[in-house]
Amino acid sequence: MSRQSMRANDPKKVSGELFTLTYGSLVAQLLQDYENVDDVNRQLERMGYNIGMRLIEDFLARANPGRCYDLRDTADKIQQAFKLYLGVSPSIGSWNPGGDEFSVVLDSNPLAEFVELPDHCLGLRYSNILAGVIRGACEMVQLEVMVWFIADQLKGDNVTEIRVKFIKRIEDAIPAGED
Amino acid sequence: MAEDALFDFIHMEVVAYVFQSSEKEKPTEDEAISKLEHMGFTTGYRLVERLTRESGRYKDELDIMKYICKDLWVTVYKKQIDNLRTNHQGVYVLHDNRFRFLSHMAAGKQYLQYAPRYLGFTCGLVRGCLANLGVTCVVTAEVTQLPACKFQIQVQRG
Repeated sequence: MSRQSMRANDPKKVSGELFTLTYGSLVAQLLQDYENVDDVNRQLERMGYNIGMRLIEDFLARANPGRCYDLRDTADKIQQAFKLYLGVSPSIGSWNPGGDEFSVVLDSNPLAEFVELPDHCLGLRYSNILAGVIRGACEMVQLEVMVWFIADQLKGDNVTEIRVKFIKRIEDAIPAGED
Repeated sequence: MAEDALFDFIHMEVVAYVFQSSEKEKPTEDEAISKLEHMGFTTGYRLVERLTRESGRYKDELDIMKYICKDLWVTVYKKQIDNLRTNHQGVYVLHDNRFRFLSHMAAGKQYLQYAPRYLGFTCGLVRGCLANLGVTCVVTAEVTQLPACKFQIQVQRG
């Protein structure tokens, strides 16, 4: 029988799908709980932030990425983390002249693999959790950044583009309390 | 594997979210668990459809349960169920001696009361998987000693 053939399924891919599907259920639940899509966006960002704060330790332990000397190093590490956790390689680009702002560009977004946005959800930033994760992770290594989406394939753009802006280095910060 | 960490973290956040007190009122334990259960259900329902796409038809209910205990559990929880018992009348009890979501918690009695929060999603997930495989059931979970737990599946016939 072909039953055994399911073991041949790529386990890495299945793991990723499990995350994607769980995330989908979460977003659906949030849309039900909040009347306002802005609140959903905010909640997703906050959850991402909490995840990022924990994920950075896992990343440092697993990838042993070493110290960053400038923002370009940091951008490379972010790219590396996307590869490690989501299995996609975003490209880094669109640096501003001051060198403190860049874009993470995803040709395909694994979170949105099974998603179509209905018309009444156009304000929803479906993958906003990613913005939170980047912010939370950077904060734990003393970097305050601002992260936001400027293009999303779910809304008909060609690529998904996340903009990251460096705000300041956090000096002698006391770790933020758990939310 | 790296993605496994993500699933652990998102599950933590999902649990934290349903138990956080909103501006209006604090959700009761039951309301929160039922929300978790629902999220698990929708996840499981979709997941199993993708996982079993290539596999043949299961010959009976017990065969389906074996699939849940072996393949599904390995995919989602990285180990097999340690013990499956049934009374052959539609009740199945699945023992997991080291359940993934409880293995991060300190063993002992101190946090035992919080353990059900980390099982609600899985109860839903199992119910969702079974629903898509054509078995209507109720799934409940019980913990007596961390990090072990058992899931009871009661098949509804009719």
